Amino acid sequence: MHGEPRDGRIVIVGASLTGLRAAEKLREEGFTGSLTLVGEEPQPPYDRPPLSKQVLLGKVPAGHTGLPQRRELDAQWKLGVRATGLDPIEKRVLLADGAEVPFDRLLIATGTRARRWPHPAEGALDGVFTLRTSDEARRLAERLDAGPRRVLVIGAGFTGSEIASACRERGLAVTVAERGPAPLVGALGGTLGALAAKLQRAHGVDLRCGVTVTALEGDGRLTGAQFSDGTRIDADIAVVALGAVRNTEWLVESGLAAGPRGVTCDAGCRAFDMYGIVTDDIFAAGDVARFPHPLFEYQLLSLEHWGNAVAQAEVAAHNMVNPGPRRRPHLTVPAFWSSQFGLNIKSVGVPTFSDQVVIAQGSLKDARLVAVYGYRGRVTAAVSVNQARSLEYYQRLIETAAPFPPAPGAADQIESPDPVPSDVPDPKLLSHGPTVALTGHLPDRRLTVVQPAR
Amino acid sequence: MAADTLFQRITDYAHRADPYPLFAELREHRVARQEDGSYLVGTYHEIEALLHDPRVSSDRRNRTAPDETEAGDAGLPPAFIGLDDPEHHRLRNLAMRSFGPPHTPGRINAMHGEISRIVKDLLAGLEGKKRIDIVDDFAYPLPVTVICRLLGVPIEDEPRFRQWSDAIVTGIDPNPKEDPAERQRAAAEARKTMALYLGDLAEKRREHPSDDMLSAFAAGDDTDGRLTPLEIMATSVLLLIAGHETTVNLITNGMLTLLRHPDQLARLRSDPTLMPRAVEELLRYEPPVQMLPQRTPLADIEVAGVTIPKGAPLILMLASGNRDPERFHDPDRFDPLREDIQHLGFGSGIHSCFGAPLARLEAQIALNALLQHLDTPRLPEDPPPYRRSPVLRGPRHLLVERG
Ligand SMILES: Cc1cc2nc3c(=O)[nH]c(=O)nc-3n(C[C@H](O)[C@H](O)[C@H](O)COP(=O)(O)OP(=O)(O)OC[C@H]3O[C@@H](n4cnc5c(N)ncnc54)[C@H](O)[C@@H]3O)c2cc1C
Repeated sequence: MHGEPRDGRIVIVGASLTGLRAAEKLREEGFTGSLTLVGEEPQPPYDRPPLSKQVLLGKVPAGHTGLPQRRELDAQWKLGVRATGLDPIEKRVLLADGAEVPFDRLLIATGTRARRWPHPAEGALDGVFTLRTSDEARRLAERLDAGPRRVLVIGAGFTGSEIASACRERGLAVTVAERGPAPLVGALGGTLGALAAKLQRAHGVDLRCGVTVTALEGDGRLTGAQFSDGTRIDADIAVVALGAVRNTEWLVESGLAAGPRGVTCDAGCRAFDMYGIVTDDIFAAGDVARFPHPLFEYQLLSLEHWGNAVAQAEVAAHNMVNPGPRRRPHLTVPAFWSSQFGLNIKSVGVPTFSDQVVIAQGSLKDARLVAVYGYRGRVTAAVSVNQARSLEYYQRLIETAAPFPPAPGAADQIESPDPVPSDVPDPKLLSHGPTVALTGHLPDRRLTVVQPAR
Repeated sequence: MAADTLFQRITDYAHRADPYPLFAELREHRVARQEDGSYLVGTYHEIEALLHDPRVSSDRRNRTAPDETEAGDAGLPPAFIGLDDPEHHRLRNLAMRSFGPPHTPGRINAMHGEISRIVKDLLAGLEGKKRIDIVDDFAYPLPVTVICRLLGVPIEDEPRFRQWSDAIVTGIDPNPKEDPAERQRAAAEARKTMALYLGDLAEKRREHPSDDMLSAFAAGDDTDGRLTPLEIMATSVLLLIAGHETTVNLITNGMLTLLRHPDQLARLRSDPTLMPRAVEELLRYEPPVQMLPQRTPLADIEVAGVTIPKGAPLILMLASGNRDPERFHDPDRFDPLREDIQHLGFGSGIHSCFGAPLARLEAQIALNALLQHLDTPRLPEDPPPYRRSPVLRGPRHLLVERG
């Protein structure tokens, strides 16, 4: 590494939210060297959350979610070209067009992509979609405009549920198929999963839980689907919302600890090599990273959250241009939001890192509540539904490992203050991936119910 | 009589023009218990935490000590500002339906032209005057006219409700040294009169609706429930008062601050696009709502090592938090270009100011127009005379002479 970390060559692979925010932060922190961003997608960085919300509703065109650039970057952009390899000895990134980009420090920010339908021929039918890129959102929105008779959404995680919600808001007939017992159950557990199921049905979704789609039918064009319970439906659109796959294949031969669960790094975003030794000059951030978090017993977390991408990008950038003692850890409490079926859902902490849950404010009946999650007697997460204003309070409880269940006294504690099992299913039961994964152990290992001392 | 407590000094009129040294003293205590058992909090992070704490109630009925305000108000339910969720949420949402998103997202922005016209008329009325009173001639009539149009209250009735409003504001003056009973009886009386007046207007709108909030309240919409006649009264009293007792201070405090910082005034005059950010800094530097005097913990709550007992009066000193050096760099400096500016001027949490978008818009338009209109304004008297209220703090008059 150079003596002067504000100089030299920095390369960022992955030109989306994480890449852009890191680049901005590098310049903000006084990095004066050369900065190169490599991105597979041809367009400049854009925002993904609106793709499954405003874009599908037709309120915002897919091409209009560009991320604002907050400062002059003075960077070289290599867009529309994929990185295919990393040579850690010679310190070069290899590109699909044959070019090589040398670096002194590298940031890996390649995020994730949508998991494809496992049967390639069925997945290739006209009418079968995934939703991760703006291009995919544009094509799907166009097909929704055309007024399909029925849309099948496969997988009821956040993305699948948001898609179903947008379709219902447009008045389209929707079937949602979910292998698990309820929508969102993989992220939020059984109590809120049951609420989500109720709401989807109330909004006219033909929701089928505990079933899988066994075949997509059609001859060139999608015509319908078969389910594991022997039923079938007619559908002219199917959206495969089976979760995301981390973009780490290009790192296979790099010697880094990079695999299907992401690129493992330390709390300062420095990537580990395959032996668990931390590198000095290779960093990872955003959806592709998995990192240890002390609030969750130092287990490796991998998150697919907008706010995490921004915060981690900034920590990585800071650490790339600051010497050891001035480096900072990325210890942000995980947080994300979603909007669907008229609900504004916000989460802090890691709801799957739990054995119990209690409705601390509001009520399931009114679909306005805060659910607080605990693990072995301490607060580890809180999820608000249409009631985000006191989430900060619960965030503080998480940060200070406050006892679970939280002490009563909230003005609007309506339901029973008794905790119930949080019922976070084994991820294998889900058709989609969870948007937070504890990649140290699987969360299903934590399903013991602990009775707090009374 | 015992020595004045910190809170008595803060509310003492003698310190109205510059309470900030007292706030610095308050921040040293972090949480200051007063002799009467109430607790004052003046540090940013502690206030912010309490504003998001679901165990902190806004309903005075949760106070352990009997509260005279209540007794005087027989017949009228508390407005949503004095209630907790879920009641607070229900009422606030119903009120918000005709004011802002999601049901009426464009309403405030659509007021832009109207506010500009009112501002222009007011300034036209100042033509030729050498000496103007920013309060009487401008900062008071503007928000009153705006809130009247929004609510659907005839502006001709202004002199009547001005009296009621004065009495109501005097009633929330928390100065513990003076016997509050009489003031609060008068406030309750005024509130009742105003409520009957507004209820009557709403009733008329039911038959002859127009495009205003009272009509919307009266017409209701049963999908999410509707306001009862009593709730319409309580809500519209709140909106009418909040709509014109706060923005007047934002504009006047703003003008006073700018007159005290001529370099910044010149800069804002030459670049009106800076005004939105400058207004945020004003909300930090001289917030029109200085404190929230009516919070009460529903459980014993520990704040900065002090346990505030359940039922105790809890007073959050927003203006002090806004000048907390642990939160803001060089907090006593007025810097309209300040970037880091998450102020407490509109509160935060579930009760965060309902009218914030309107207040911002009015202040931005008003201050920009004043700066363009007044060349070389001078301040003949500094500090100006202040209004009585330590809660809604601002000059009673602000004389400006132009060259
Ligand atoms: C439809 C949708 C809705 C969402 N909604 C929410 C929400 O409501 N709330 C929330 O908190 N989060 C939401 N998210 C998640 C959020 O968008 C992500 O957390 C965020 O985009 C992560 O940013 P990133 O830059 O790390 O990864 P990505 O956005 O995945 O970007 C990675 C980039 O790297 C590029 N790339 C990959 N491999 C290579 C390679 N080998 N060479 C060059 N370039 C490469 C990719 O093309 C991509 O542009 C949503 C995501 C989606 C898809």
